[in-house]
Parts: sequence; C-alpha cells; structure tokens
Amino acid sequence: MTAHLPVLPVLVPLACTPLCLLLRSRTMAWLIFMLAALGSLLSAVLLAVRVADGETMRYAMGGWPAPQGIEFVISGFNTPVLLLVSLIAVIAAVYARRSVAAEIDARRVPLLYTCLCLTLTGLLGITVTGDAFNVFVFLEISSLSSYALIAMGRRRRALVASFRYLVIGTVGATFVLIGIGLAYAVTGTLNMADLARRLADIDGNRALLASVVFVFVGLAVKMAVFPLHAWLPAAYAEAPSAVSTFLAAASTKVAIYVFCRFAFTVFGATLVFGTMPIGRVGLLLASLAMLIGSAVACFQTDLKYLLAWSSVAQIGYIVAGISLATSAGVSAGYLHMINHAVLKAALFGAAGLLLLRLGSVRLTALAGLGRRMPWTFAAVVIAGLGLVGVPPTAGFVSKWALAAALLDQGQWPVLVVMLVSSLLALVYIGRIVEVAWFRNPVELGETPKPPASMVAAIWVLVIASLYFGLDATLPAGLADAAADALLGNRGE
Amino acid sequence: MPCSGTGVSELFAAWTSPGQALALPVTVALPLLGLGALLLLRRHPNAREGASLLSGILLAAAVLALWPVVDRGLRFELWTWLPGLSLEFSLEPLGLLFATVAAVLWPVTTVFATGYLRADDERDQTRFFAFFALTITAAMWIALSANLVTLFIGYELMTLATWPLVAHKGSADARRGSRTYLVVLLATSIGLLLPAIVWTWLLAGSTDFRPGGLLAGQAGTGVLTVLFALYLFGIGKAALMPVHRWLPAAMVAPTPVSALLHAVAVVKAGVFTVLKVAVYVFGLDTLSGSGAARPMMWVAAFTLLAAALVALRSDDLKRRLAYSTVSQLAYIVLAATVARDVAVAGGALHMVTHAVGKITLFFCAGAIYITARKSRVSELDGLGRAMPWTFAAFLVASISIVGLPPLGGTWSKWLLLLGAAEADQVVMLVVLLVGSLLALAYLMPIPMRGFFLPPPGPLAHGEARLTIAGPLVLTAVGCVALFFGAQAVLAPLAGILELP
Repeated sequence: MTAHLPVLPVLVPLACTPLCLLLRSRTMAWLIFMLAALGSLLSAVLLAVRVADGETMRYAMGGWPAPQGIEFVISGFNTPVLLLVSLIAVIAAVYARRSVAAEIDARRVPLLYTCLCLTLTGLLGITVTGDAFNVFVFLEISSLSSYALIAMGRRRRALVASFRYLVIGTVGATFVLIGIGLAYAVTGTLNMADLARRLADIDGNRALLASVVFVFVGLAVKMAVFPLHAWLPAAYAEAPSAVSTFLAAASTKVAIYVFCRFAFTVFGATLVFGTMPIGRVGLLLASLAMLIGSAVACFQTDLKYLLAWSSVAQIGYIVAGISLATSAGVSAGYLHMINHAVLKAALFGAAGLLLLRLGSVRLTALAGLGRRMPWTFAAVVIAGLGLVGVPPTAGFVSKWALAAALLDQGQWPVLVVMLVSSLLALVYIGRIVEVAWFRNPVELGETPKPPASMVAAIWVLVIASLYFGLDATLPAGLADAAADALLGNRGE
Repeated sequence: MPCSGTGVSELFAAWTSPGQALALPVTVALPLLGLGALLLLRRHPNAREGASLLSGILLAAAVLALWPVVDRGLRFELWTWLPGLSLEFSLEPLGLLFATVAAVLWPVTTVFATGYLRADDERDQTRFFAFFALTITAAMWIALSANLVTLFIGYELMTLATWPLVAHKGSADARRGSRTYLVVLLATSIGLLLPAIVWTWLLAGSTDFRPGGLLAGQAGTGVLTVLFALYLFGIGKAALMPVHRWLPAAMVAPTPVSALLHAVAVVKAGVFTVLKVAVYVFGLDTLSGSGAARPMMWVAAFTLLAAALVALRSDDLKRRLAYSTVSQLAYIVLAATVARDVAVAGGALHMVTHAVGKITLFFCAGAIYITARKSRVSELDGLGRAMPWTFAAFLVASISIVGLPPLGGTWSKWLLLLGAAEADQVVMLVVLLVGSLLALAYLMPIPMRGFFLPPPGPLAHGEARLTIAGPLVLTAVGCVALFFGAQAVLAPLAGILELP
C-alpha cells in the first residue's frame, strides 16, 4: 500500500472527478471534492514525512520503469508545493460550500466541483511527475479545467476573461510543448532525470538553447510573469470567489515550481543561468513586475482586481528570488511562494465574503463598513500588511529572506525596487483601510449573515500567516530543503 | 506546606535565572493582560480604567524590581524565528532605563487620559485604552529585545498600535495626519531600517546586541558610514529631518496620545534604538575611530537648530511642543553621533529627563485645552491666574527642558556638553548651547504670558479637574526629583559606559 503512496495525491482527485459529475447532487459533489482534497493532503503529509530526511522517492507508473515509463518523483523540491496546493484545496473546499451556493446557478454546481477536482488533479500531477511530457499533459488538464471554472463567474465579463486566458494559456502551453519536443529531439528521452544526464554531455547545441527558451517563455505565461501577465487580473477577478481563492494561491505557484524543476534539475543551472541570461532576464522582468503590478494595483477601483494586480507584483518577488540561482535566493522564492499563497488566499477569501454580503466589491461599495464588519476587514488588513511585509506577519519573513538573498549577491537595484514595491503595497492596502474606516458609511439594508465556514476558512489562513511571521521555522525549513534538493542534486 | 514553599522558591529562581529569566517575558506580557482585562470590563468604565491603572502599577513595580539584577545578563529565548535567528529578550541598563520611563509614566498617563477623555466625552474610549496598552507592550518588547530582529518586530508593532490612536478622532484632519504618520514611519522602517538590519546580519552573521559593537572590525569606513545613515534615517521614530514630518502630523491626536507619543513610547523608542544601535551594533570606539558618524552629526545638528526655529515661530501650542520634541530628540541623536561615553550617558539621561519634562508640557497643553478651550500660544494671556498649578508645572518642565538648575535637564545637557568637548567638537558645543537658548525662547513666553500678561476678559473657569491637574503636578515634581536623583539613574550605566 505505502509503495503506491506517490501516486495517491493525483489518483484520489482524479478518481473523484467522475463521481462529482455522476452524482449530480450539490452536497454530494461538494463532499466528494472535500474528500479528494483531504485525501491529497493526507498523502502529501505522509509523503513529506517520508522524504523529510532528504531522500528521493521514485514510483514507476504501471510498473513500467523509467526512462520508458512515466515516473513520479517525490523529493524536497516538490513536497512544499504538494503540501501547499493540497492544503489550500482543503481550505478552499471548506470555503466553497456556501460561497458557491450563493454565487453559482444550482444546476452548474456539480460541474464546478468536477472542474475543481480536475484542476487539483492537474496541479498535483504537474508537481509529482518526473516526466517532461507528462508535465505538459497535466498542465493542459489543469488549464482546461480552470478555463471552465473562470467562465462560471457571476458576470458576463467572466466569459471574456476566460476566453482571453484560454487563448494566451494555450499559446503558452504550446510553447512548452515545442520546447519539450526540441529537448526530445536533442536527447531522445522525456524522463527528467534522464534528460538531465544526457544534456550534461551536450554543449552548445542550438536546438537545446531554443528548447530552453520555448519552455521558459511558455512557463512564464502560466506563471504570469510580467509582461506575460495579461490574462491574470481579469481571470482572478471575474472567477467565482471560491475559484479565485484556490487558483490565486495554487496555480501560478505550481508553474513557478515547474520553472525551478526545469531550470535546476533538467537543463541545469550552468546552462540556464551561466550560458544563457535567464537569471538576468528574470531579475529584470521581476523588477518590472514588482513596480508595475503594485503601481497598477494602487489605481484599481475593484477589490478583486486590486488583489489580482498585487499578485502580479508578488510573483515578481518570487521570480526575483529564484532568478538569483543561489541557495538563499531559491529558498527565499519558495518561502514567499508559501507565504504569498496563504496571504492571497485569505484576501481573495475575504473579498468573496464581502461579495456575498454586499453584492459588489467595488471600493465605493465598501465605504464605512469597517465598523459594521470588523472581523472581515481585520482579516483584510492583517493579510494586507503581510503583502506590505510588516512584522509580525508572514510577509515580513519572506521580505527578510529575499532582502538577504539580494544583498548577498549585491543586487542593490532589485532590492530598492522590492522596497519601493512594498511601499506601493502600503498605498493600496491603505486605500482599503481608509475606505473601510474613514468614509461615510453607505446606506445598507439587511445583509446576509457571514457563513461560519467561510469566516473560519479565512481566519485559519490569517492566523497561519501570523504564526508563520512569528515562527517561520516550518516554511523556512521546507524552503531550505527545496533549495538544497534543487541545487544539490545534479551530481556536480 | 513544604511543597508550595519549594514551588515559590523555584519560581523565584526561574524569575531571574540568567539563562531563561521568566521576568522578561512576563514584563512584556503584563500590559497585554491589562489589555485583556480592560476589554472584558468594557461595559464598566470605572472598572475598565481601574484595570488599566492596576496593570500600569504592576508593570512599573515589575520593571523597577529588575534594577537590582540589571548587570546579571538575564536572557530569555522565546523561540527560533528563522533558522539561525531567534526572538530573544535580554536585560541591560539602557533598555531597562527606557522600560522604566515607559512603565512609570504609563499609569500617570492613564489617570490623565481618564480625566481628559471623560471631560471631552470622547468616543470609543475602550478602543483608546486598548491600543494604549498594546503600545506599552510594544515599548517593553523593544526595551528588552536582545537582537535587531526582535527589536524590529516590536518597532513595527508600535507603529501599528499607535496608528488608531492618532486617527482616533476620525475627522478629515485626523485622517490626513494619520496617513502621514503611517506612511512616513513605515516607509522609513521598511525602506531603510530593514535593509540596514539585513545588511548588518550579512556582515556580522548575527543580529545580537553585543557590548563593544557587533560590527566592530567587520566592515570598512565607507560601508559603516552608509549603514549608519541608513539606520539613523530608517529609525523614523527618532525624527531626524527630513523624516520628522510624522511628528507634527500626529498632533491631531487627543492630548494624552501626544503625551504618550512625544514623551513615553514612540519617540523614546526611536532614540533608544539609535543609542542601542550606536552602542551595541557599531560600538562607540568603532564609530569615533572611523568617523562613520561624522556626516550624521551634522544632520542631527541641523535638525536640532532648524526644529527649534520652527518651534519659535509656531503659534499652535501643540505644534510648538512637537517641534520642540524634534529638536530635543536631535540632542540624543547628536549624543550617539559624537560617540563618546559621556555623551551617550548624557543622551540616555536626556531620554529620561526630556520624557518627564515633555509629558508635563503635554499634560499642561491638554489641561488648558480641556479647561479653557485654548490651543494657541497667543490666547494664553493671563490664564495662569486661573490655573496656577498647571502653569507652574509648565514653568518647571520648561526650565528642565532648557536645562537649567535645579531641574533634571541640567545634568543631561551638562553631560552632552562634556561629551562634545571631549570629542573636540567646538561647533557642536555651540550648537548645543544655541539650541538651549532657543528652547528658552520658545518655551518661556508661554508661562510668562500666563502669569504676567493681563487676561483679555474675565476668566470663566478655574484650575483643571483633579484627574488632569494631579498627574501634571506629579510629573513636574518628577523633574525636580531628577535633579537630585540623576546620579541614581546614571549609576547602572557605568556597567556599559565609562563615566567620569
């Protein structure tokens, strides 16, 4: 039984998908998604414990050994992502029940949970697979299902947002496929470990360089790295609240993980950051993302759009850390990946709660509600301060780690950009605070009571973000292990 | 019962055991307990203020009880924050001095705030006292921090805890003022102080406060100069120009808050951090030997004089006091940049004497506002006849801040002058003296107008009520006591500084 553990995080949600569709009952569909998420989380925790001492677990799908068969690999570099995605899925599941019931047409609810199960399958599949082509397959599974999820948003604009994401996302996925194809043409293998072994002997091959470029540009679309972020704001803002809570926290993070996996364990840091200028380009784009994302967020009039633009900036922080290609930098990137997922899930969750109670999350609709809904707004402010990086929130820890990593490499300009971006975050979070507490309250009739499950989901995340701010040993330990696994396992 | 006997003695041993001294976290947590109690008692205003006052008195007692063990190097590790960095408390004289100032003045301010808020019928008094208690928690946290990371967390917590106090009135003015307050303080701390701390960590491999200086021998003069500037501008709470703007902006807050901000917690946390960084991070020998503090000395001198000139031209009483604070804080920063033991001792003493003097002045400004509804210097003619205690206290505190005997400020200014002389900084000597003359010029007219000019019309009020006048007389007496007791304040500092 435990020999098959590595496949479970993917198999459980995949098996649950048809069940959701067949049962056709809203409650049952929700329950099954919940079970799928819990099952994935449980297997993720068991796997994380297994590989905690730095070893790597390999699992041959269907008994076909690698490199011919598909291989699942569990190691320090993907356990944080595995834990993060499945944990966020569980919290999103708790949150989703009431939120989805309020936002989505009853007929379509089972369909939504079906897509959520499928997205979860895809994201976890990308995370555990050790096969380059399999990455593309799971990438498409998660992408196609998330296009459908976004299209289910309450406004007609959601359709446009979804279509836009579909077009851009498909182009990105195609780029990834072309890149993988080129790598296959050069080496004749698709297994990541095998690819790495064979690539080590090849020097100065044009097709290989093209392969690197295609894979990274394609992934950059999925990661929403500036300037390939155009799909993100509308997609996150128009999606149903439960969906944006889940996607904002999980989907780009998985793409970032794949970026690391390809950069460090397939193509190798020497090729990617030495021969090719991916590191410098990454730092440049990350700086632009930090500045422009935060600056645009300051001018948004809709809370969900504001949060989505802030995501563009926050992804810049993560990319900046990883682009340094040092142990400290990668660790800082992973740390912020975890912290940002927690913070952004809490913020999108709170936005969804406000949407449920007010029918709109335009900032003007929130005027003066700080006193009326103190707990919701307190959650927004605490998580928002996390984005600014004020102690004692989790954001401070990632800022610390990133600042140390940047200073260590003498990247002063990027450090300055990061600090400026933090101050811009202060501006956009400050706008929410001012609207909520200092504007004259809007006339408001009876509002629905906040569902306990949604409030609980949000506050679990907020408390986690405070806890990770005061005692960061757990996320930092995971991040350090990930950096060690990524940078140390190329047999150099 | 022998069992409980050993229990008590064990507890007492754990209280001040050098490795894990329980006294330190308990001291930090005491105001939090007060916060919990006052939230529970929010429906009963008298019991609520009683809880505030009681926790203030308990805290003051707890802090004073730490003085006998101040040189034993007590430490308490809370937990590991990031691998290689832990949140930790430690006890040393400078920190305990700051803690004592904050802890002793908190109950006094509580009494004053009770009288003030009730007389003014302010809204949300529970929220007010709650954030007040949180600010004191942050002050204790800062005072007892054993390393820069711990200190930074307390420093930011204090900014966040005082922000609702500044915005308390909720008016358009309050909104604007509190925005400036938050933006300046957070922008400096995140933009400058945080990178400075991270840089220090990378240079020295640690952020612990270390006698003799963490950075001693770890970096060249150029790096030290830049780093020192980052620290001094980054510690926005010390209000060096041009990052002083938050301080006058915060004047929109109710007067007890101004008293807390300008005397007890916030600005003193700033200058305390400056002194702590100078003594334990750079080390005075490194600073004076390398000349890394030289550029910032001129910034401090400029701030000292410029702020005094602005104070001289301000008609608004609270604004005048605010700029006087900026100027007086620059004395303490100047002490750190002169980097002589005597000067730093003077700076530390000035932290105390200025706290007691300035809180008296703000209490008086509040008393005048509540009783006579006057807030401009030009409106104070003849008020001293109706409010003799208030104006007498104002006079005493003014003289102390100027630095004339027989009041506490004499000694701190004297030590500062000695330090500047020892460092052969003749210009600074002149700056210090001119600053004091300017202080005389902007503070003295206020009690003089009150006592000697005739009132424009008949006065319809008498002295402020007891809960307001009581605290200000008490702190004025404190100014006198500091003149005679300065030696007792300075004695424990001999452990870390060489005093004549």
